[in-house]
Amino acid sequence: MKRVLMFLPMVLVIAVGVILFAGIGKDPSRLESALIGKPVPSFSLTDLRQPEQQLGPELFQGQVSLLNVWGTWCPACRDEHDDLLWLAREKGVRIVGLNYKDNREGALKWLSDLGDPYAINVYDPRGSLGFDLGVYGAPETYFIDAEGIVRYRHVGVINEKVWDAEFQPLMEQYGGSS
Amino acid sequence: MALLVRISVLLVLILSSASVAGQARDVYQFDSPEKVQRFQALSAELRCPKCQNQNIAGSNAPISKDMREEVHRMMSGGASDEEITNALVSRFGEFVRYKPEVDSRTILLWATPVLVVLIGLVIVALTVRRSGRAYTSGDALTDEERARAFRLLNDSDNRDHSSR
Repeated sequence: MKRVLMFLPMVLVIAVGVILFAGIGKDPSRLESALIGKPVPSFSLTDLRQPEQQLGPELFQGQVSLLNVWGTWCPACRDEHDDLLWLAREKGVRIVGLNYKDNREGALKWLSDLGDPYAINVYDPRGSLGFDLGVYGAPETYFIDAEGIVRYRHVGVINEKVWDAEFQPLMEQYGGSS
Repeated sequence: MALLVRISVLLVLILSSASVAGQARDVYQFDSPEKVQRFQALSAELRCPKCQNQNIAGSNAPISKDMREEVHRMMSGGASDEEITNALVSRFGEFVRYKPEVDSRTILLWATPVLVVLIGLVIVALTVRRSGRAYTSGDALTDEERARAFRLLNDSDNRDHSSR
């Protein structure tokens, strides 16, 4: 009995060590979306390019899309812009933009200056769709399947490494074009 | 004198700007003091998803402002605290709850304090019982040992006397 108790501190230390070690390298600021497995929330917002055009969640029906949350006020969005262009042009990925808490003129200028990787852009100046999606900091990128169900969210800049590790497997699973 | 005036003007400016900054957040109107209290309690219990450890009441992040507005809007619409919390959790996840629900994932979190106290009580009970047993067992010394103990004690007494 006594002998067994002698080992108790060591067992405790090892257990704590294992638990703490498992946490190393995890980024606590990246949260899993609460919308995984749920449809894109309903919305009625205008097209960034055509202010008279109303857009809704049926935008995501029929094909796999990425929903990329961006704004001209967001420096990291500038960082990932070239990677989005690469995805759209080289990989043929359909990227739907969510222009988040931005202004129309600035956003259109950004797209004409830097190139436009988006198939279509939802204009959300008040951030209402962003709020319903649980966006807490741009850029964020959602993977949405052909039924309009949210399957994955990436918080932060998207690049080739992130694409290969996180999105490529989803593309294969849900039958994307690449 | 001029310096004194300058310093006091500066002080007044600093103090007034601080009080303005403190009030800037309280722009939400409620029709009763109870609602104000409910709002404050709710926003103290909801965690800002952008910040690692700050409630939405104390955070200046834009997302916290959006969340406070949503709390205010839903509260004005007559929603209960639970409905408001659930609406935010359904968007931002369990992370925003400072008080997580009791379910299979969080049961260990809730049960740990109770478990630790119970384990402590068991250890105390075992220790007390063991030391109690040592006292009550009368034959700690055999007669022979007792006689030897007396001898030794008397010996040391004698030595004490002699050394004096």
